[in-house]
Amino acid sequence: MTGLDAFYGDFQALYGLDLHLDAGEVLAIIGANGAGKTTLLRSIAGLIRNRPEAIRFRGSPVGALRADQVAGLGIALVPEGRQLFPSLSVEENLIIGGRVGRKGPWSLDAVYRLFPILKERRNQASTSLSGGQQQMVAIGRALMANPDLILFDEISLGLAPIIIRDIYAALPGIVGDGMSAILVEQDISKALSVSSRVYCLQEGRVSLEGASDALLREAISRAYFGIA
Amino acid sequence: MSVTYDVTRSSQAARIAAGLGAVILLLLIAAPWWAGRAELRLIGEICLFLSLASLWNLMAGYAGLVSVGQQAYVGFGGYMLFALTIFGGLHPLAAIALAGVLGALVSVPVAALIFRLRGAYFAIGTWVMAEVFRLSFAQVSALGGGSGTSLPTDIVRSLAEGRAAREALAYWLALAASVLVVASVYLFLRSRRGLALTAIRDNELAAASLGIDIWRTKFVVYVVTSALTAMVGALIFLQKLRISPDAAFSVNDWTAFVIFIVVIGGIGTIEGPIIGTLLFFALRETLADLGTTYLLVLGSVAIVVMLKAPKGVWGLIRSRFDLELFPLGFRVRRTDQKGA
Repeated sequence: MTGLDAFYGDFQALYGLDLHLDAGEVLAIIGANGAGKTTLLRSIAGLIRNRPEAIRFRGSPVGALRADQVAGLGIALVPEGRQLFPSLSVEENLIIGGRVGRKGPWSLDAVYRLFPILKERRNQASTSLSGGQQQMVAIGRALMANPDLILFDEISLGLAPIIIRDIYAALPGIVGDGMSAILVEQDISKALSVSSRVYCLQEGRVSLEGASDALLREAISRAYFGIA
Repeated sequence: MSVTYDVTRSSQAARIAAGLGAVILLLLIAAPWWAGRAELRLIGEICLFLSLASLWNLMAGYAGLVSVGQQAYVGFGGYMLFALTIFGGLHPLAAIALAGVLGALVSVPVAALIFRLRGAYFAIGTWVMAEVFRLSFAQVSALGGGSGTSLPTDIVRSLAEGRAAREALAYWLALAASVLVVASVYLFLRSRRGLALTAIRDNELAAASLGIDIWRTKFVVYVVTSALTAMVGALIFLQKLRISPDAAFSVNDWTAFVIFIVVIGGIGTIEGPIIGTLLFFALRETLADLGTTYLLVLGSVAIVVMLKAPKGVWGLIRSRFDLELFPLGFRVRRTDQKGA
């Protein structure tokens, strides 16, 4: 992967956004509600279509591709609110994720090693799991595609703090070997703790960009809330 | 004492059902020797409706394509049987197979058109297409135009010698069609593509972002369903020996009744259409003498089932007893072991 350059033209939620991501980098996107974070991820994932040149992945234009084509190129999404398939079991949800048939280290066994609880529950209906376990299924399902870039949309949403800590503890194991990640998160400290660089969005524009460990709290809250 | 779990797709109930099903199937294959003419005809009709219902269920209950225009393919298949045998000189059996192929071919441009529509508009679109089919075939004067035509006797004779043999053959074809349809729906849903289909039904956006091509999956289901529906249509009119545009493209017979069957049986399950078909024929055979009252009863039953048991009769049974006669998912069995 030579790098991902994303340029957004003018459309409802995002205004001429420029951002890029290098191979193996973990990027955090923070911002208030309605700042356009989810729109950004959905655009990258192909759920919102753009001009072909608006988004480049490994140098080739992917902005106008359908979601399933984007997935085939190695971009996987862990969607907001988990979006599991309720009539399928845990294992079937994971198998669906592996359907794109990309080669790589992630398999059912690898996902079960990462989240052992899922192995115990693998034949249960996905709806019978707790919120945190469902989130593990959603992450595992995305990993099954062996993506080069994984997109996390609000993985801490609606979960208990202790569960959030567990899931964040697992993240380095996921993105450790060269996989890039974009993390959209409302929980700023969690987002900063696992990412190398951070973009702050405000009303569809980038209001702050920098290395995660170099940014001052003050600057972030200014960029976050738009207070001068 | 340690507790181990054993994962299996099968279950006691499914094995019993499979055994029972095999016995019933053998009895049905032997029906021409034990059933009278009227019963044979009725069982044949039940088989054909079961096929139509299973196909509609695959399309609406699994692929989310709620079509009210499947009569387009029933009528198309029926007319192809007549046209291919009368003008093409084909043997009726070859004509039935070819009707399926042509049904698939004609469904491709239709799908390209109606797949642009969503939800209620899609449903209306399919109905409009069926009307286009009806009006088009009514224009073909060689096939009797608006008043229809009968299958010439020499073609009927070419099927088998003697009326009893012909009726038995038509019956076996109907039985074979229903077994073929139910078995292929079952095997399709157990396959990886079937898993994808269930995922699409559950959550289209999530399915798309996992690399499932939604359009193509639905398209394949639509084309396969249409092809098989056309073959069933050819069989229906092989039984009737007469075809007319109004009978061939009847929204009441080939879609309204079929939807009734699937809804009261339980949409989105394989067992649903089977139970629904049996219930529908039980109602029809006991109430048919009442005239229009029969349709009123059907309507009331449909409304009550939709209100009280939205998942149909099979949904009700399944929630009570945790049964699955056609196991699609996996289940965990607890096996206790002594020692350790």
